[in-house]
Order: sequence, then C-alpha cells, then structure tokens
Amino acid sequence: MQYMLLIYNDPASEPAYGTPEFKEMMGGYFAANEQMKADGVIVSGEGLQGVETATSLRIKAGKTETMDGPFAETREHLGGYYVIDVPDLDAALKYAALIPSAHFGTVEVRPLMNYNPAG
Amino acid sequence: MTKTAPCSSARTIAVAKELERVMRLDRGRLIAILAAGLRDLSLAEEVLQEAAISALGHWGRAGLPTSPQGWLLQVARRKAIDRLRRDKRSKLHAETLAILAADDVAPTDDDIPDHRLRLIFACCHPALETKSRVALTLRTVCGLTTPEIARAFLDNSTTMGQRLSRAKAKIAAAGISFAVPEPEFWDARLDAVLTTIYLIFTTGYIAAPDESRDLCHEAEYLMRLIDQLRPDDPEIEGALAMMLLIGARRAARIGPDGASLPPAEQNRSLWDNARIAEGRTILARAVERRKAGPFQIKAAIADCQMADTGPDWPQIAALYGALWTHEPTPVVALNHGVALAEAGELKTALALVESLESQLPNYQPWHAASAALHAMSGDHKKAAAAYRQAIATAPGEAEALFLKKRLAKLAH
Repeated sequence: MQYMLLIYNDPASEPAYGTPEFKEMMGGYFAANEQMKADGVIVSGEGLQGVETATSLRIKAGKTETMDGPFAETREHLGGYYVIDVPDLDAALKYAALIPSAHFGTVEVRPLMNYNPAG
Repeated sequence: MTKTAPCSSARTIAVAKELERVMRLDRGRLIAILAAGLRDLSLAEEVLQEAAISALGHWGRAGLPTSPQGWLLQVARRKAIDRLRRDKRSKLHAETLAILAADDVAPTDDDIPDHRLRLIFACCHPALETKSRVALTLRTVCGLTTPEIARAFLDNSTTMGQRLSRAKAKIAAAGISFAVPEPEFWDARLDAVLTTIYLIFTTGYIAAPDESRDLCHEAEYLMRLIDQLRPDDPEIEGALAMMLLIGARRAARIGPDGASLPPAEQNRSLWDNARIAEGRTILARAVERRKAGPFQIKAAIADCQMADTGPDWPQIAALYGALWTHEPTPVVALNHGVALAEAGELKTALALVESLESQLPNYQPWHAASAALHAMSGDHKKAAAAYRQAIATAPGEAEALFLKKRLAKLAH
C-alpha cells in the first residue's frame, strides 16, 4: 500500500537555522531518507517552501479568485511530504516516527487512493 | 411418508441449535481467521453470516459435518472469493485471491488456528477512536450485537452501527493489519489493548445491574483469552489480576442505603474470596518476572486496598509514586495526593492536590478529593464548597449519595 506522510510544523517551534538543534534535525532527515531508500520503500518526497510563498486559488460562480497565503490559517503548516510503499499502517507509522518533525510538529499518515485495483 | 415430516423438522431444530451453539462459541475465532486472510472485517462478517445461512439447508439435508467450524470456514472463504472476483473494485490482488482459493480444504477442528489475538490487536489499534475500539472488540471478539453494545453505552443502535461501520472501513482503507505487533511496538500496542478491555470492565462495573450482557464478564473473558493466547506477559497478568481484585469487591460497592462505599467501609463478607485469591496468585506470578509496568502497579494498589487490617495507605502512596514514573498524568498525581493524605502526610497532600487544579478543570474526582482533604484538615467551609461541586457533577446516583452523606457529616 502507498501512504503519504504529510509533515505539519509550527515554524515558531522549529529549531532555528544555524543552531545545533537545526543540525540535528537535518541529520535526522538525512538518516530518515537513507533508511527509506535502503529499505526500498520511498516513492517520492519533497520539502515545501514556507507558507509566505503560498498562493491559493478557487473558482466561485465561474470566477477565479487568487489569494495570498495558504488554504487554512493554522499555526501548523504543511511543510513537506513523503510517499512510501509499505505493507500496512504499522509499517507506515514506523517510517513516520523517523521524521524529525514528529518531535515538534505532527506527521499525518494517509493511504493513497488506489486507482488500479487490478494490481 | 407421514413419518418423515416430524423427523425432518426435529432434525432442522437440532441443526439450528448446533449452528447457534457454534456461532456463539466460535464466531470470534472464525471471524479472526477470515479477517486475517481478507484484511476486511465487514466482508469477513458478511460471508460468515452467509455461510451460516447455507449451513442450515445443507446440514439439514446431509447431516452435521465432522467439523462444523471447518465447514463454515470453507464455505465462507468460497463466498468471499466469489464476491471478490465479481467486485472489480476489490483491493485484493490476484495473488491473494489465488492464496485464498488454494486454501480450499475444510479444516478439521484441530487444524483451525486461533488468530483472535491478531483480531484483538486490529480492533484496539490506536489509529481508531477509543470508543470505536471498545465497540468493535465487543462486536467481533465477544459477539455482542450492535443493539446490545448501544444499550451499554446509552447510544441508539443506528449511531452505534454507524460507528462500527466507520471503524471497519478505516481498518480496511488505512491498511491496519490483522497481525500481532512487532516487538518495537509491542508495549504501546498492548497498552492500548489492555486499556480498551479495562474500559469495557469499568463501563460494566458502574452499569445498572439489570443489563442483559454483563460487560465485566465480557472484559474478564477477553483478559483471560489474551493471557491464554500470550502467556507469561507480566502486564497482561497484571491487568487480569487488577480486574479480578477490583471485580471481587463488586457486590460490596454499594451499601444498603444505595450510596457507594470506599473499600475501607465495605462489608468484607460480600467480597469474592475466590477472585481475590486468584488475583493475588496471578499478581505474584507477574511480579516475579521482574518487569514492572503500570497494570501490575494498579493491581498491587487494588490489593493493598483490601489488606486484612484495612487499606495500607503508606504502601498505596508509594505505589502511586511508582505509577507516576510510568504514567506522569495529573490523574495519577491526584490519586497519589489522596493516598498521601490518608497515610498521614496531609500538608504535602493538600499542596499537591491544590497544585493540580488548573490541570484538571471541571474534573469531578478533583473536587471530591479536595473536599475530603479539606475535611481532614478541619477546614469545613472549603470542604463543604468542594463537596457541593462534586455532588453537582457526580457520575451516578450512588456516588452523589456517598458525597451527600459526607457533606452532612461536616455540619455536625
């Protein structure tokens, strides 16, 4: 099964750039990446630029509205994701726990929709 | 010719009775095996139900099979395969279907594996809401009906049915596996299972005695089952011991006037001595394994409440201190405070309990504890105010009556 691990962070509680904690976090991400690669489970994974760079769009009554900012004004923002292919939820949770942001943010684990059930 | 009619109807009744017996005793086991293979609880339940309906006809004509369980399993599997082949959107891969189909032999009773531990771990997965875990475990492992579960939780059947469907759908869609967790997850996952079963127990403990299905009985059945399927685990033994020790006091929990009674004031002749003895034996066995855990500590606390000369408060206070290292929650701290006060350390206890107020807002047991401590220290004004608060939000009539009696005692 494929799962997306959505990484939500509050930028205010993230370690600041240049601190030892920041270095530790980057090391943690590097280690998580290597582990997922070594286990052959990673499908894709990217980090996102900050919400100050976000633009949202919706179409209302045929009219396109473009807005500055993210979809939802929350303290924790979507900061990146991984897509992994593993046998079950427990395995997905194991990889989610490797993501350093789980220590100061939240990692949401969601199964991908399966469009090709024939397999 | 005239003779066949009564004969066949007698046979139908016998068959129906046997089927009913098998489904009552072995439904959980059969569901566990089917669900583990199909990875879908709803489908497992539906095909087993269909197999049971087929059984009535077949067994009525051909007589009982050697292994009714094996027969039901085989027919249910075939029905599942048929359905999955028809259903184009089925998430099961062709190879899973092939494995299921290759398994098409009616097993004998001895060959039927017991996968109920896997089923319990799936039903109590922390990815499910607590209440759904309780409901699902009662439905699939204990075989309670949806209306029975709804009644126990004062819900209506429709709401409970929806809750069960949502939980089963999540198990299938989120890929919760029907497997015993790996060692790295064992402690956390076991804790979720034991907590779920304990919640079933406490719901039964405070329920009205006229409930059709006794949840304390179901919880004890589940705890014994897990202990039997995974012997020698000190926390499972601790949880079972705790349940037996607390369950032993059930008949004495409410006094003749309808007010609840703390263990120290209970009529000891109403305690179930067989349960106490068994609980103590199991707890001693668990403690010998030298791997302390929260359920063993809670069992020891329950045991100390029943010491021969009354509750051993210094020991209970020490045990709550130990429990705190496993579960650093304000609720554990509150209980620690009450035990300290009873053990004579009233000043420390008051300071501790007062410091918890902001962490336990609107928490009824906090008001009850605070009332008791102020009463002990002679501050009747503060005690009375706290008793009134606790009475207003008491969880039941018996508890409210107990607190009203305490409040009345202050006035004199």
